[in-house]
Amino acid sequence: MWKTVYEWLDERLGLNDLYTNLLDRPEPKGNWWNTLGSASLFLFVLQGLTGIFLTVYYTPSPDHAYDSVQYIMEGVAFGWLIRGIHHWGATLMVIVVFIHLLRVFITASFKFPRELTWLIGIGLFLATLGMGFTGYLLPWNQKAYWATTVGTQIAGSVPFIGEFILKALRGGPDLSALTLQRFFSAHIWIIPAVLAGLIGIHLYLIIKHGESHFPTKED
Amino acid sequence: MSGSNELSRRDFIKVTTGIVGGLIGVALGLPSVSYLIDPALQEGGKDAWISIGKFEDMQLEKPYPFSFTRVQVNGWERTSSSFGGYAIRKSDDPKDLLILNSRCTHLSCNVNWHEESDAFLCPCHDAKFSRDGNVLDGPPPRPLDVYEEFRLSEDGNIEIFFKAG
Repeated sequence: MWKTVYEWLDERLGLNDLYTNLLDRPEPKGNWWNTLGSASLFLFVLQGLTGIFLTVYYTPSPDHAYDSVQYIMEGVAFGWLIRGIHHWGATLMVIVVFIHLLRVFITASFKFPRELTWLIGIGLFLATLGMGFTGYLLPWNQKAYWATTVGTQIAGSVPFIGEFILKALRGGPDLSALTLQRFFSAHIWIIPAVLAGLIGIHLYLIIKHGESHFPTKED
Repeated sequence: MSGSNELSRRDFIKVTTGIVGGLIGVALGLPSVSYLIDPALQEGGKDAWISIGKFEDMQLEKPYPFSFTRVQVNGWERTSSSFGGYAIRKSDDPKDLLILNSRCTHLSCNVNWHEESDAFLCPCHDAKFSRDGNVLDGPPPRPLDVYEEFRLSEDGNIEIFFKAG
C-alpha cells in the first residue's frame, strides 16, 4: 500500500533522484568539522520556526514590546521554552557560522571552483550578525536599548556619511518607535529573506561542486 | 558486510538520525502546539453581580437605562468592554422587573429607547423592538436578550448577574 503511494509520488516528484543527489552524494572522508554547515542550516531553521512562534505574541511597539515579552516568558505555556531556544539558538548560530567560516578558511576550501560559495558564505555570516544585531533590540529592555544606542552610534562614526547611516538605521536622529519597528521588520522579513536566498545559492553550489577534501602535505 | 543480516553502518546512521530527529521534533512540536493554543484554554473573565441602579429611581413602566464596563486582562493588555440595558419596573415588587440587554440581536449594535415611537430603535439597521423587547420591525432574528437573574441588595440597589463570555 505505502509502496504504491510512494512509487506514485516518486514517478511524479523524483524523490529517489532527490535523495541520491542531495543526501547520498559522494563526500570526501568524513570529518566532524565538515558538519558545521549542516549545523548552521539546522540552527537557521530552528531560529525561523521559534521566531515565527514568537511573533504570535510579540508586539513591536514601545508601549507593549517589553510587556509582551514578559507575557511570553510568564503567561503562555512553554513561552519560556520557545524564547529560550530562540535566545540561545541565536548565540549558538553566530558561533557555529563563525567556526564554519574559520574551517573553510583554514582548510583553504574557498579556492577554485568554490570562490563564489565562499563569498556568499561571507554574506551569510554578515546577515547572521545582522540578525543578532536587530534581534537584540526587540525585547526593549535597558540592555537592548543601550546596546542599540551604542551600536547605531558606532555605525554613525563613519566619515562623511555617518550621520546619514545613523538616521537610516534609527529611522530618525533618536532611538524611537520607528527604530523598534524597522529593526523588527529587518529581523523578521528583510534579513531572513536575504538569508534564505543566499542559503539556496550556497547549497546549490555545494551540491554542484561537492565538498572539498582536506589539503594534504602535497597540497 | 554484504549478504550478512547485520545492520550496515549506513542503515544504522539513517535509523539513528530518524529517531533522534523524531525525538527532537516531538520535544519541540508538542510544546509548540501547547504554546499556540494556550490562550484558548485560559479561563475567561469572572462572573459577577453588578449593580445597575436604585430600585426607587426606577419609575413604573419607564425604561431605566443603565450601563457598565467590564475590564479583562488579555495577555499584556487590559481590554474593557461596555455593556448596557434597560430595566423596566412593572409594579412595586422588586421581583417584578424586566431587564433587557440593549445589545441588538441582529448585529450587536446598541438600541436606544425612543419615547415618541414607544420603542427601542437600533441605529444600525432600523430594527425596532417593543418595550417588552419583542421585534416590531426590521431584521433581528429574536427578541432582545433578558437578564434573567437579578436581586435587590440590602442598600436598595438592583443587581444583575453577569455571566462572562
